[in-house]
Amino acid sequence: MLQGYGPLIASGTWMTLQLALLALAAALLLGLLGASARLSASRLLQTLAAGYTTLIRSVPDLVTMLLLFYSLQIALNHLTDWAGLAQIDIDPFVAGVVTLGIIYGAYFTETFRGAFQAVPRGQLEAAVAYGMTPWQVFRRVLFPQMMRFALPGIGNNWQVMIKATALVSIIGLSDVVKATQDAGKSSLQLFFFSLVAAAIYLAITTVSTLLLAWLGRHYAAGVRKAEL
Amino acid sequence: MNEIIAIVQEYGQAYLWSDGYRLSGLAMTLWLLLLSIAIGFVMSVPLAVARVSSNRFISGPVWLYTYVFRGTPLYIQLLIIYSGIYSLESVRTQPLLDAFFREGFNCTLLAFALNTCAYTTEVFAGMIRETPHGEIEAARAYGMSRFTLYRRIILPSALRRALPSYSNEVILMLHSTSIAFTATVPDLLKVARDVNSATYASFEAFGIAAVLYASVVFALVWLFRRCERRWLAFLQPRAH
Repeated sequence: MLQGYGPLIASGTWMTLQLALLALAAALLLGLLGASARLSASRLLQTLAAGYTTLIRSVPDLVTMLLLFYSLQIALNHLTDWAGLAQIDIDPFVAGVVTLGIIYGAYFTETFRGAFQAVPRGQLEAAVAYGMTPWQVFRRVLFPQMMRFALPGIGNNWQVMIKATALVSIIGLSDVVKATQDAGKSSLQLFFFSLVAAAIYLAITTVSTLLLAWLGRHYAAGVRKAEL
Repeated sequence: MNEIIAIVQEYGQAYLWSDGYRLSGLAMTLWLLLLSIAIGFVMSVPLAVARVSSNRFISGPVWLYTYVFRGTPLYIQLLIIYSGIYSLESVRTQPLLDAFFREGFNCTLLAFALNTCAYTTEVFAGMIRETPHGEIEAARAYGMSRFTLYRRIILPSALRRALPSYSNEVILMLHSTSIAFTATVPDLLKVARDVNSATYASFEAFGIAAVLYASVVFALVWLFRRCERRWLAFLQPRAH
């Protein structure tokens, strides 16, 4: 059915999945750091984190992506020139992970900030009163409860980020978009292979929806919903 | 700094409204946004009403449409419409279809309108479902027909309550317009890319575009706040 382009498309899909998962890990980490900065007592950290999320969220993904991709390369060239090394070309995959991580880190920062604030203060005070260390408070009390509030936001961000991975082919990554377009151009069936790309993305977002629903039930264990 | 001044002097006009013989840059981006939002809005209201219908044969197709368009990237939808459909022999031999799909602008507008309509339909449908039960009962008790019920009670209230989510969708749509350059539409990002390849001043070229996009976002946020103050006044927190 795929006229011999199956392996090409499969490897492209795998590339897209790797990109999305690594970028998700980077964005979650940045989001947790950003949320901690926004909620910290330091005015400087608060302002820096607020500036980061406001700037990133007001500029389109693709513009940020191109800006970072080209500027990082130029900065790296200056650095290698200065150190007298040969030019290092930034790999589109690394650039994709870094830029998607930075962009969605800003969205996750806002998600986590809201979720951290939603955990009742009394819970944390009780944990401290039990003699837990700050790390134990975070791991045993704050994090599991925060996740319940953060999960709908995380799910939304993830679904948006999955779809944003399609843009990374514009900076030259051989992902599922590139693979299907190449297959379409050489087999002269561009329409069919573009539909294949859409079907692959639809499958990924559908599986994500199911997984997120399962995670939502997991983190909501023991919580009684309002009965309306 | 000198680089930025030189770029603004040479390409400022292209960034803002015209590359000399046609609409380009910010003006093109805003024009695309306005058209796609307008078409999307007009189509999404009836679709949202159909989406909440208790008749499976009416709500089902609308569900499928929003599921497919919200589950796939807009970039792929644009690729399907712009390069995919036009590669079909049957489309190119039809003079009318050929004329439509040959233009990058038409394809972009079609993809954008279909995409934003899918998201907007779900936003509106959600709000229609949230209409307080008592309001509908009261309207029925007054003897309103289904059409009058929608026209006088459900839609005015649902569209108002949808305003905060709708403003998010408009801002996301503005961000999405940046892929229009892949279908040869001379939007803001296309100008930035041209400036980048002409001057190699990547940071400045894309930075100017980023500042312009951000300004439009801030203007939209301000505009929607004013709309909310006017149309959602009854939901504002108030002192007694």
